Amino acid sequence: MTPLLEVRNLKKHFPVRGGLLRRIVAQVRAVDGVSFTLEVGKTLGLVGESGCGKSTLGRAILQLQRPTSGEVLLQGTELTTLDRKRLHAMRRSMQIIFQDPYASLSPRRTVAQTIREPLEVHGIGTPAEREQRVEELLGVVGMRTAVLDRYPHEFSGGQRQRIGIARALALDPKLIVADEPVSALDVSVRAQVLNLIARLQREMGIAFLFISHDLSVVEHVSDQVGVMYLGRIVELAPARELYRQPRHPYTEALLSAVPVPDPTRKARRIVLGGDVPSPMNPPPGCPFHLRCPKVMDICRSVPPPVVEVGAGGASHQVACHLHA
Amino acid sequence: MSAEPILSVRDLVVEFRTEHGVVRAVDRVSFDVFPNETVGLVGESGCGKTVTGLAILGLIPSPPGRIASGSIRLAGRELVGLPESELRQLRGRDMAMVFQEPMTALNPVFTVGNQMMDILRRYKGLSRSQARAAAIELLAKVGIPAPAQRIDEYPHQLSGGMRQRVVIAMALSCDPKLIVADEPTTALDVTTQAQVLEQIVRLQQEFRMAMVLVTHDLGVVAETCQRALVMYCGRVAEQADIGPLFAHPRHPYTAGLLRSLPRVGEAEKQDLAVIPGMVPDLLDLPAGCRFAERCPRRDARCDGELPDLDGDAASPARVACFHPL
Repeated sequence: MTPLLEVRNLKKHFPVRGGLLRRIVAQVRAVDGVSFTLEVGKTLGLVGESGCGKSTLGRAILQLQRPTSGEVLLQGTELTTLDRKRLHAMRRSMQIIFQDPYASLSPRRTVAQTIREPLEVHGIGTPAEREQRVEELLGVVGMRTAVLDRYPHEFSGGQRQRIGIARALALDPKLIVADEPVSALDVSVRAQVLNLIARLQREMGIAFLFISHDLSVVEHVSDQVGVMYLGRIVELAPARELYRQPRHPYTEALLSAVPVPDPTRKARRIVLGGDVPSPMNPPPGCPFHLRCPKVMDICRSVPPPVVEVGAGGASHQVACHLHA
Repeated sequence: MSAEPILSVRDLVVEFRTEHGVVRAVDRVSFDVFPNETVGLVGESGCGKTVTGLAILGLIPSPPGRIASGSIRLAGRELVGLPESELRQLRGRDMAMVFQEPMTALNPVFTVGNQMMDILRRYKGLSRSQARAAAIELLAKVGIPAPAQRIDEYPHQLSGGMRQRVVIAMALSCDPKLIVADEPTTALDVTTQAQVLEQIVRLQQEFRMAMVLVTHDLGVVAETCQRALVMYCGRVAEQADIGPLFAHPRHPYTAGLLRSLPRVGEAEKQDLAVIPGMVPDLLDLPAGCRFAERCPRRDARCDGELPDLDGDAASPARVACFHPL
């Protein structure tokens, strides 16, 4: 069976212009060679710290920002070479949910108009059918039809995120890229939205690319998790395995840094020195070697190969010389 | 807990006038902070935790806000009603604040050193060269590598974690009795947060400071505080030492919050426990318990009566609930 989404060596570089002639003086390597596959109805979580390229990766996959190179296959169709018209048609299958439900909804559109818009853009159904679909979608995300004529400012953050989810569901997508969908929400509301996403996935078979800086949230929702550092996936494994047996020193440090809401469990913390290097000028060799507590000579000059370390069938990939 | 509290807050009420009426953002909050102790103020947006922190430092913007009643004592001295000039003397010297976003506390057009030396000279009466030496020492204390070079850099040349360290160094510069830190690591990445939190805990112990840590993150509370107040809609729902608070929460809200957290290492793909509904509007509060609408233990009394904290200020654990767990 072909996977729903296949990403091959995807790169997205942004030129940095400078000087009098605005020449390109450098490249920000936001996404620098990412490959993975996502099966129908599964969730791939992407974690990493700010600037690691996880949001750019999401956008490059959806072609909201055209990749510099590499391939993105959605249900076997290569997206990076599609013209605008064909890409527009493909957008029915892939949608996005943004972090900030305050910024991603138009303040001048009612709930009904917001959710109906994708149906209109893609010319789906008669006006009456669209009305019915909008009401159905509101029910799916757990809102009453009484809110149809209200405006976004009348809702709390959690409710706005539900409206954003209803809009993303309108076209029956196969893939939803969720970019920090619960990061702006309070704890008690966050759980409601996470459960909603989990239910949609079970009932509608939608695959999610779930992007978040929050490791506990990603673990909770994902089947597979990819850890990003400086534009690359440094480790990719089934969620449980990644959290129980992290193999990459960066993953280990990242996991150990999460504050645990349990005062009896004193964390054995691996505190990393220094800061993430600039993606404009990534270090040679392994991108993590400047901060790695287990750095070896080879790491400073040779980029690590991606190694399969999985046991028992499930794939567990790590890009680290320790395992090469 | 021994001796006198450094900070003693009693029945603090803070109100804001808005277009739609008067909002009581903090409603009769009382607590003590002792020397060498970190107390967490934890809760969701709008619960009053930040406003409580601002009120302690006399930083409530007025108008529209005001401390309507209550008392805030710092080392025995009443702060409520002090003129701004005296409060300004106390801020920086006796108490300091660390904000979430370090750039709000740093001036972008002056070097780190200039800003630090300014404080040291004004409040400690040091000479230029003494102040510079003291600033370098402080930067080293908060874990800034090569402080003698960093001191001449501008804030924009530093990373977020480094900036927050500078702000902490500035807050520490006059050996304050009390530091109020409002979400000091929320804007930082998780590995940087770990560095800064570790630093905060170490410095708090080294300087034997009293600290109020305002945060929404129960994980941060568990790792840095000795005691915490859980706030909801401007009121304290529960206060206790960290151990019992996390092991045996007594307020249904605290219990619900703890259950709704996804935790690293407990990956069962099942639904998270949910607190149904949402936080009520501060302009349209229910007559009874503010959590009643979302509470599994609610009965008729909860709808009609507002529960106060049990016990008194000296009690080790207090809960504001008619049906605690």
